[in-house]
Amino acid sequence: MSDVVRLEYRNVTMRFVDGTGNSLVAVQQVCLSVRDGEVVSLIGPSGCGKSTLLNIGSGLTAPSEGEAFIDGERVEGPNAHVAFMLQKDLLLPWRTILQNVMFGVEIQGIPLPERERRAKTLLDTLNLGEFGNHYPHQLSGGMRQRVALARTLAVDPTVLLLDEPFSAVDAQTRIVLQRELAQTLKRSGKTALLITHDLLEAVTLSDRVLVMSRRPGRIIDEIAVDLPQRDDPIARRQDPRVNQYVSRLMERLDIGHTPAERAAGAQA
Amino acid sequence: MNGANPKTAMRRGTAMSVAVLIVFLAAWQWGPGLLGIPSFIVPPLSAVANEFVRMLSRNALMFHTGVTAAEVIAGFILGSLLGAFFGYMLGMSPTAEVALSPYILALQIAPKVAFAPLFVMWMGFTVYPKILVAILIVFFPVMVNVLTSVRTVDPDLINLARSFKATRAQIFWKIEFPASMPPLFAGLRIGSTLAVVGVVVGELVGGNMGLGYLLAFGEGQANTPMVFVTILMLTLVGGIAYLGVIVLEIRVLHYLPKRALGGF
Ligand SMILES: Nc1ncnc2c1ncn2[C@@H]1O[C@H](COP(=O)(O)OP(=O)(O)OP(=O)(O)O)[C@@H](O)[C@H]1O
Ligand SMILES: [Mg+2]
Repeated sequence: MSDVVRLEYRNVTMRFVDGTGNSLVAVQQVCLSVRDGEVVSLIGPSGCGKSTLLNIGSGLTAPSEGEAFIDGERVEGPNAHVAFMLQKDLLLPWRTILQNVMFGVEIQGIPLPERERRAKTLLDTLNLGEFGNHYPHQLSGGMRQRVALARTLAVDPTVLLLDEPFSAVDAQTRIVLQRELAQTLKRSGKTALLITHDLLEAVTLSDRVLVMSRRPGRIIDEIAVDLPQRDDPIARRQDPRVNQYVSRLMERLDIGHTPAERAAGAQA
Repeated sequence: MNGANPKTAMRRGTAMSVAVLIVFLAAWQWGPGLLGIPSFIVPPLSAVANEFVRMLSRNALMFHTGVTAAEVIAGFILGSLLGAFFGYMLGMSPTAEVALSPYILALQIAPKVAFAPLFVMWMGFTVYPKILVAILIVFFPVMVNVLTSVRTVDPDLINLARSFKATRAQIFWKIEFPASMPPLFAGLRIGSTLAVVGVVVGELVGGNMGLGYLLAFGEGQANTPMVFVTILMLTLVGGIAYLGVIVLEIRVLHYLPKRALGGF
């Protein structure tokens, strides 16, 4: 990990026009930066603009105000150094697993032998080597999500934007996938911004956790996770300090209080 | 029952299918006589079979079948290509869709077969008016299916491709086009049977070629067996066209789980 900033948001504000023509502020004045090799989680209530931030970082949508930077360069559109992964695996049913992994590199025009080499290596490291010629419908949800991870990594991005990547898989598979992700990120030294609703996932996978407020989303807290073994979330789970971090995040998110208690707290 | 293994179910189904066929043919042969239905209303199977043999030599049945089949194929292929082309075009250009949709809708509501006399007036007793009716009638199911499929592609898929810096052409050829294949084939299946309808109506209206002509000819002669033979041949032509689509579909959509294919 070095001090080079790989991903940065400077005063990013995003406004949408909703169905009735009213303007809606999704995120407001967000500033955040992720250094090289760092894994940062972003948590916050539903609808606070996390996915919106991810879309801005990947260059798919332009912010209303402010700007995002990748490797110090202003994001003006999709960028070869950034790749994203969503809750949906987005595998193409008519492509084999190998062809799905090659989807991104194929679009980028990398020659076929190199494409295949990369895809096969990735499938092997993710224990999917023997499924290269299968079709997505023949794989389980967890396996498909791993294929999506392989597709994301195949383009060799420096920054990964992950939007609740494991929230659609079962709890046990999720733990396995989390470890695979953690190891891959560590091994390749990639920088990642991970959006999640799973506080334990945020704490066990990242170096830092950023907490967003209800809409209009702002970053209201930043918690450095001072635990060893970022590449082994299963080991981290055992650590008693993890619970302290999780409770602190719950507190910041105002989870566990009824609306009445919140109102009373606000008056006090 | 539902737990039966698919092979047993298949074998049992086939056996029952054959049994139904035998019962049907037997009922056709002896039913009308037993019920006292005169043979000029429902000719028995043997009369129809005899008529079939007679028509082979006397009425050039195979020639007329060939003409109809050729018109069906031409109309079906041209109509499908045109439908697919417009489907993709309108699917990718919302402006074009807004501009053209009222007219397309009007054309879709108008009964296409009603154009047959008009086309015959324009183009005479040739094969062209028949092909044209088939084109018109095949066009819509194909176009609507393709249009809908392009419209309903998951926007996240498009975004995924965009994030890899895909060009518009790449998005079309790598996502929208392959994604449209299952609905396209659903449209083609419908189109293949409708093409026969279009061609027959065209032939009924005018000309001296094709099964539609034989149909009118048999009616004029009060030759019921001839009408029966012609209907059977038309069904055969439609069936072959449908089968052709299915064979192609199985090859193109080989990636789909097996159960999704087949059926009607
Ligand atoms: N294209 C859009 N047009 C209009 N409003 C939008 C659009 N995209 C997002 N929004 C609104 O912006 C807000 C933030 O959405 P976003 O998807 O970023 O939330 P999120 O934090 O990712 O939520 P979740 O945790 O449920 O995924 C929501 O209120 C949403 O309705
Ligand atoms: Mg979201």
